[in-house]
Amino acid sequence: MKTAKLTDSEYLIKTGKILRTKQMTKQEKYFEIALAGGENLNHEPGQFVMVSVPGVGEAPISVSSSPTKKGSFELVIRKAGKLTGVLHNLEASDTVGIRGPFGKGFPTQILEGNDLIFVAGGLGIVPLRSLINFVIDNRRDFGEVHILLGCKTPQDMLFGDEVEGWSKRTDVNFSCTVDRADPDWKGNIGLITSLIPGVTLDPARTFGVVVGPPIMYKFVIIELLKKNIPERQILVSLERNMKCGVGKCGHCQIQNYYCCKDGPVFTYEQIKYKKEAI
Amino acid sequence: MRYLLLKKENFNDFISALAQIEKVVAPVAAGYKNFSFREVKSGKEISVKYIPTILPPKKYFMPQKEKLIEFNKAESLFDAVLEYEKMIIFGVHTCDLAGIQCLDMVFSDKPKDANYLGRKNKLIIIGLECNDYCDEYASCKVVDNHIPNGGYDLFFTELNDSFIVHVNTGLGEEIVEKTRLLVPAEQKHLNELEDVRARKREIFKDEVNVKHAELAGLFDKAFDSKVWDDLDKRCVACGNCTNVCPTCYCFDILDNINLDFNTGDRTRGWDSCQTEPFAKVAGGENFRKTRGARQRHRYFRKFKYPVERYSRYFCTGCGRCTRTCMAKISLKETINALAAEQKK
Repeated sequence: MKTAKLTDSEYLIKTGKILRTKQMTKQEKYFEIALAGGENLNHEPGQFVMVSVPGVGEAPISVSSSPTKKGSFELVIRKAGKLTGVLHNLEASDTVGIRGPFGKGFPTQILEGNDLIFVAGGLGIVPLRSLINFVIDNRRDFGEVHILLGCKTPQDMLFGDEVEGWSKRTDVNFSCTVDRADPDWKGNIGLITSLIPGVTLDPARTFGVVVGPPIMYKFVIIELLKKNIPERQILVSLERNMKCGVGKCGHCQIQNYYCCKDGPVFTYEQIKYKKEAI
Repeated sequence: MRYLLLKKENFNDFISALAQIEKVVAPVAAGYKNFSFREVKSGKEISVKYIPTILPPKKYFMPQKEKLIEFNKAESLFDAVLEYEKMIIFGVHTCDLAGIQCLDMVFSDKPKDANYLGRKNKLIIIGLECNDYCDEYASCKVVDNHIPNGGYDLFFTELNDSFIVHVNTGLGEEIVEKTRLLVPAEQKHLNELEDVRARKREIFKDEVNVKHAELAGLFDKAFDSKVWDDLDKRCVACGNCTNVCPTCYCFDILDNINLDFNTGDRTRGWDSCQTEPFAKVAGGENFRKTRGARQRHRYFRKFKYPVERYSRYFCTGCGRCTRTCMAKISLKETINALAAEQKK
């Protein structure tokens, strides 16, 4: 057995230096990361990277920042297993391995000139934020913008200051709800689906962009269809187990699609008849 | 390209000559009704008549474990590596040639897999024709793999007292030149080859109640079939079927750290979609929770999804999945059950 070095391997990793971290909730931690040599990640909103700690492992993580933010990118990582547990122990100036960006992100060129209704549930705000901030940074290129946000309790809310900033903007229609409130909560209480009927929109020129836990999609999509938004104008981002990120390892397969390569962003039209999709 | 002849009396010398050029692996007997591709030094070790080996030659193209990355954390060194070994694989049946062609398509699909393609270039393939069925589990005719469809450097067909050898590539020509035992085939040998093929047309019949072109259509309507409920009750989720499949290429990637807690490697190894955690995400959601759903996925990955992506069936008809199944799940029976259900 001989060993040779490869320069064209998809598994080569780049070094990412952690610039800043912030514990957002008990389970979620924020990381700002810069690639060595000041290289830009050059991602599209909705794409993901493979993050690794050599010796521990590698996992797919959505990029949360907009590509309009240069020089560094942001991730929010939920502590869910061995690797994410180790990642939660890392702080500024530590390094991680980065591969990517991978996947098909949100089709920003198609979205331009149209109205948008963003629906984010729970951790769904993390990937969706990359598109929301992209739209806000290029606000003139888009029509009406609605942001609907839902989470379990007020304590689970991510990016509180930034979300408050969106809510105060005059060029964004913002509403938010929690499943269970506490005495200080002044907003809506109830499922995110309850916010949709109240939104006034022109279905022909509106794209619904939905990211959240699997259970949420079904109910939100029904509400968007009730608003007469066409199936191909409803976009979702799906979560899957991924090992390679390049359409080979098979873990993320949704029938004939590789979530990592053909997705993670799909139109409802694409997945409507894919029974294992949601 | 041209046809040459190797007299059977020269077979052992030919293999010995090959072994002088490069390491040679070939099918050897490995217990009752079992064969395995292993290194050989002479022709005497080879089972020329063999049923599909326990593992297909896939193991040389995509090893059960291979290093992708070597790292040294303290020095921030991350090298992408290719582990390879030059080899001549002798005696590859047409089903397994088809399997290698399928893997070639997958790993040449963009983005290309540098490890697979780098290793593939170091391997020379010598095919060997089956003049008759290996056993009742094979279904190579219905997927059109009972006759050679390329994918080899040299291809051997056994005649009465010789092998007729199809030279398919420049690499094949090099072997001919270096071994110096192959002579030009005469017309009577070409006629003998024609006779072998004619006899095969009599022997090899569609092994299931569905025609080649109708297989994909069968699976178009099979997603909600009750057949998967039956497999759900029988499958033990051991993953044997995917391990022995010549076109199953799913893998896992794992990190190994050495005891210095500094150096180590990232390795990929065969994985199986039949196991419970395969499609499970961090939050615990599992998108193919039942064994029936996972068996269905395996069949769809042979007869439907690759047809859409690569325009060919990824079942080679080798019969290994049926031969190895502890629960006696049979590929032929499954296809027939789907066909019977749709005729109702």
